Amino acid sequence: MIELLLSIWNLVPEALQTLLIIILKIVVIAVPIMLSVAYITLAERKVIGFIQVRIGPNRVGPRGLLQPIADGLKLMMKEVIIPTNANRFLFVIAPLLALAPALACWAVIPFADGWVLADIDAGLLYVLALSSLGVYGLIIAGWASNSKYAFLGSIRSAAQMVSYEIAMGFALVGVLMAAGSMNLSAIIESQSGSFLHWFWLPLFPLFLVYFIAGLAETNRAPFDVAEGESEIVAGFHVEYSGMAFALFFLAEYANMILISILTAIMFMGGWLSPFQGIPLLEDLFAFVPGIVWILAKTSFLLFLFLWFRATFPRYRYDQVMRLGWKVFIPITIVWILVIGVGVMAELGPWFD
Amino acid sequence: MAFEIPNFAPALPEIFVFTMICVVLIVDLFLTDKNRSITYLLSQATLLGAAILSVVIQSSVPEYTFSGTFVNDGMGTVLKLFIYLSTAVVFIYSRDYLIERGLYKGEFFVLALFAVLGMMVMVSANNLLTIYLGLEVLSLAMYAMVALNRDSSIASEAAMKYFVLGSIASGMLLYGMSMLYGATGSLDHTTIASAISEGSGDDIVLKFALVFIVIGLAFKLGAVPFHMWVPDVYHGAPTAITLFISAAPKIAAFAMLMRLLVEGLGGLLEHWQDMLIILAVLSIMIGNVIAIAQSNIKRMLAYSTISHIGFLILGVIAGTSDGYAASMFYVIVYALMSLAAFGMIMLLSRKGFEADTLDDFKGLNQRSPWFAFMMLITLFSMAGVPPTVGFYAKLAVLSAVVDIGLVWLAVLAVIFSVIGAFYYLRVIKYMYFDKAVDNTPINSAYDMKVVMSANGVIILLLGIYPTGLIALCTSVLA
Amino acid sequence: MSIEPILFYIFSTILVLASVAVVTVRNPVYAALCLVLAFFTCAAVWLLLEAEFLALVLILVYVGAVMVLFLFVIMMLDINLVRSKEGFIKYLPAGGFVAILILIEMCVVLGPENFGIEITGEPLKHAADYSNTKELGVTLYTQYAYPFEIAGALLLLAIVAAITLTMRRRPDSKYQDPAEQVSVRRDDRVRIVKMAAEKKQ
Repeated sequence: MIELLLSIWNLVPEALQTLLIIILKIVVIAVPIMLSVAYITLAERKVIGFIQVRIGPNRVGPRGLLQPIADGLKLMMKEVIIPTNANRFLFVIAPLLALAPALACWAVIPFADGWVLADIDAGLLYVLALSSLGVYGLIIAGWASNSKYAFLGSIRSAAQMVSYEIAMGFALVGVLMAAGSMNLSAIIESQSGSFLHWFWLPLFPLFLVYFIAGLAETNRAPFDVAEGESEIVAGFHVEYSGMAFALFFLAEYANMILISILTAIMFMGGWLSPFQGIPLLEDLFAFVPGIVWILAKTSFLLFLFLWFRATFPRYRYDQVMRLGWKVFIPITIVWILVIGVGVMAELGPWFD
Repeated sequence: MAFEIPNFAPALPEIFVFTMICVVLIVDLFLTDKNRSITYLLSQATLLGAAILSVVIQSSVPEYTFSGTFVNDGMGTVLKLFIYLSTAVVFIYSRDYLIERGLYKGEFFVLALFAVLGMMVMVSANNLLTIYLGLEVLSLAMYAMVALNRDSSIASEAAMKYFVLGSIASGMLLYGMSMLYGATGSLDHTTIASAISEGSGDDIVLKFALVFIVIGLAFKLGAVPFHMWVPDVYHGAPTAITLFISAAPKIAAFAMLMRLLVEGLGGLLEHWQDMLIILAVLSIMIGNVIAIAQSNIKRMLAYSTISHIGFLILGVIAGTSDGYAASMFYVIVYALMSLAAFGMIMLLSRKGFEADTLDDFKGLNQRSPWFAFMMLITLFSMAGVPPTVGFYAKLAVLSAVVDIGLVWLAVLAVIFSVIGAFYYLRVIKYMYFDKAVDNTPINSAYDMKVVMSANGVIILLLGIYPTGLIALCTSVLA
Repeated sequence: MSIEPILFYIFSTILVLASVAVVTVRNPVYAALCLVLAFFTCAAVWLLLEAEFLALVLILVYVGAVMVLFLFVIMMLDINLVRSKEGFIKYLPAGGFVAILILIEMCVVLGPENFGIEITGEPLKHAADYSNTKELGVTLYTQYAYPFEIAGALLLLAIVAAITLTMRRRPDSKYQDPAEQVSVRRDDRVRIVKMAAEKKQ
């Protein structure tokens, strides 16, 4: 049987073989992401429930574990309503534009040593470039819906995304200066040593700025002014329903996971074990594969996303802008200078 | 690749000016309107310091630095000194004018200093990239300065026209430069020049590149048929800004002409000579003829500028070092005259009143014989009447043109400058033989009156002893 | 046959079509989106040239920031389509003439006889460890340090100019002045008029 399959495989032309392998890898990455997205929604409701001393969903399946499936089914069954006078083409294409960049970024994410779909040289830049495209989905959705609230939401999100992208970009500049490379695997490698070698320590302000800017980029609370249900109903996706709405949801959560895993990669040592360099513990945990560490770190950061949502009230719009332009950008610029000095002075143990 | 720290010394004036711009920008933040004169003094100090530095680091042989993108030579030093001088004079003339119109803000000085920086970069450029960037710094600063008075719709309109046409010109210039790069494989003027002389560049590509570059230059110079923006901008901008635009940037434009056409594309002399002849003839004709029909003195002076640009181009057409020196002399003299003419408009203006029509000059002799005399000298000089310096400037470019055998061109230029003399003399007639419409006494700051007088006297003195400046121009271009 | 020429032709076709669409579509939002598409495919073509830094920066800066703000403005402006089409026929002859002239010129100058692959030579294939970013950085900060600095000055100038022109109080807009509101007195607002009682008619 296996031999038969192999001989069929060998008959396939080589170009097609690579293509098939790539598609297979994409599926291997994308399917778990979609599943994680589904279960993060459940986790979110549970976590916030516990924080607010509630139980959260517990009816569908054992302990509510089938809740995301039920939600997904419900959304799929629902009708996608296209408002009158909406721009049909753009209205339909907008959710796709939101989701596609969020998924495309995953191409360069290393899950463990060598486990990466495309190990490109300018990985950091690629991530930054593609994550900046997500805003089109929001803007187009808001404009195409032909609705005041949606339009306000999209205008807000456009301004917010562009503002925070700068701070985010500067934070990434700091990382690439410290690592001396834009390749994400190389960035992780350059942090090896112990958990004190990870970049969260020398790049602490950038770490904070990056993560908070990430919150703002994904339109999560407390920066969810683009949705702002108490002010503009649901912002840019107020007119969406059914699967079209679900796609926005998927995009938002996929972006959340992306920001978390990127933070883990750039500031928390990626797949590196936190016990590296500690005599006894290092050997004790040597059997744990890298992917477990990276996923654990990502999960912790995702938990922070949920925690923030349950804890902080929403920023006012002008305060969001002030924070981005007048606080984050100066901090990042100053810290880039500090890193520059550190790198020139070969300050150990990070930059030597 | 081994990296050598470049020699910073030749670029000290640029570095100093840029540093001071940042200082002025920050200091101004903490000043109230009452203390704005600190900004003014700092700006003047910047120009003075840059002048001192330029003199200190001057070198008779060209010094190249920053991988050949920067050159420090005699022509650069002289032109830069006159750029500082005219900007300093602009600051003095425009202070009261700006205070009266609520435009006396730190931004004016910062933008003007940025423009100076752009001009300095252009003057010292030895690379297409540097020349373009310098030009953009200058242009962007000027667009913003023209629009400085946002409440004036005419100024905003002028700025918009200036911006759109300026951008087109930049596009043309860049397109030409990209072709030039394609043909010669270099951005460096020296390398381009040697590539052209070896004939390694492709001929047809070079010619088209030249066309686009000349069009871009003509736009920036304001030569006919690319002069559409000049009258509107001169008329629409606040007079202080018109004063600034009309003087120093012309010096920088001359430098750009020299660096691009002569130093970079000198091998294509025969090609650009013909193009420039068309530009010069049209500029002199149209500038002088249309100026006659103007009743607004700022517009009239704008058309007069166009005709002067025609004369300036004449010297470059000659293609000899005498011709270039004549052009350089012309542009310096023109900057002085232009400062005096627009300065006079500002002297006569006061709060809520712009002396920008010809009628406002009626009877100036009764109001102030001295300043009427200064204006007389300036206008005589612009018309090219001896013994003022304008005469020698025109004489120098015309003789350079005659030397290469283009007598018809010289004759044509003389005929049209005689026609042009009409509108200058008309203003003189108004000043001396008409009754004053407006008898308000002329009140202005002491320093402005002194500098204004000095400006007029220099025009006269240079006319009587022109040899020093001419010799200076000749020596740096030899 | 390698896959690169196929990709090149796909991306360039989309690039050309999108660029044409930018000027021909009626809806300005569509035009802006077509421009985004054009930038994107242009970046893809650059990627094929192994200029990955430029390609990604093109997407990051133009698509991610500039065009977002562009769309922002276009959506807010509500451009009058009919008026912008006015005078199209009037200017067509002049515009068309210039366009044809430029087209002919480009055909003559930029054709393969001047810039063909035999003349410019094939672009170098680089080894896998070649970093376009690093090469650009080295050139930019050594050979072109001076133009790079001037470009920085230009950006600072642009900031100053933009703030100068926009940070002002418009004379025609209305403001509340709380201090003045508080200090207002009755006499400023109310006039008590004493009049004699009127008689019944």
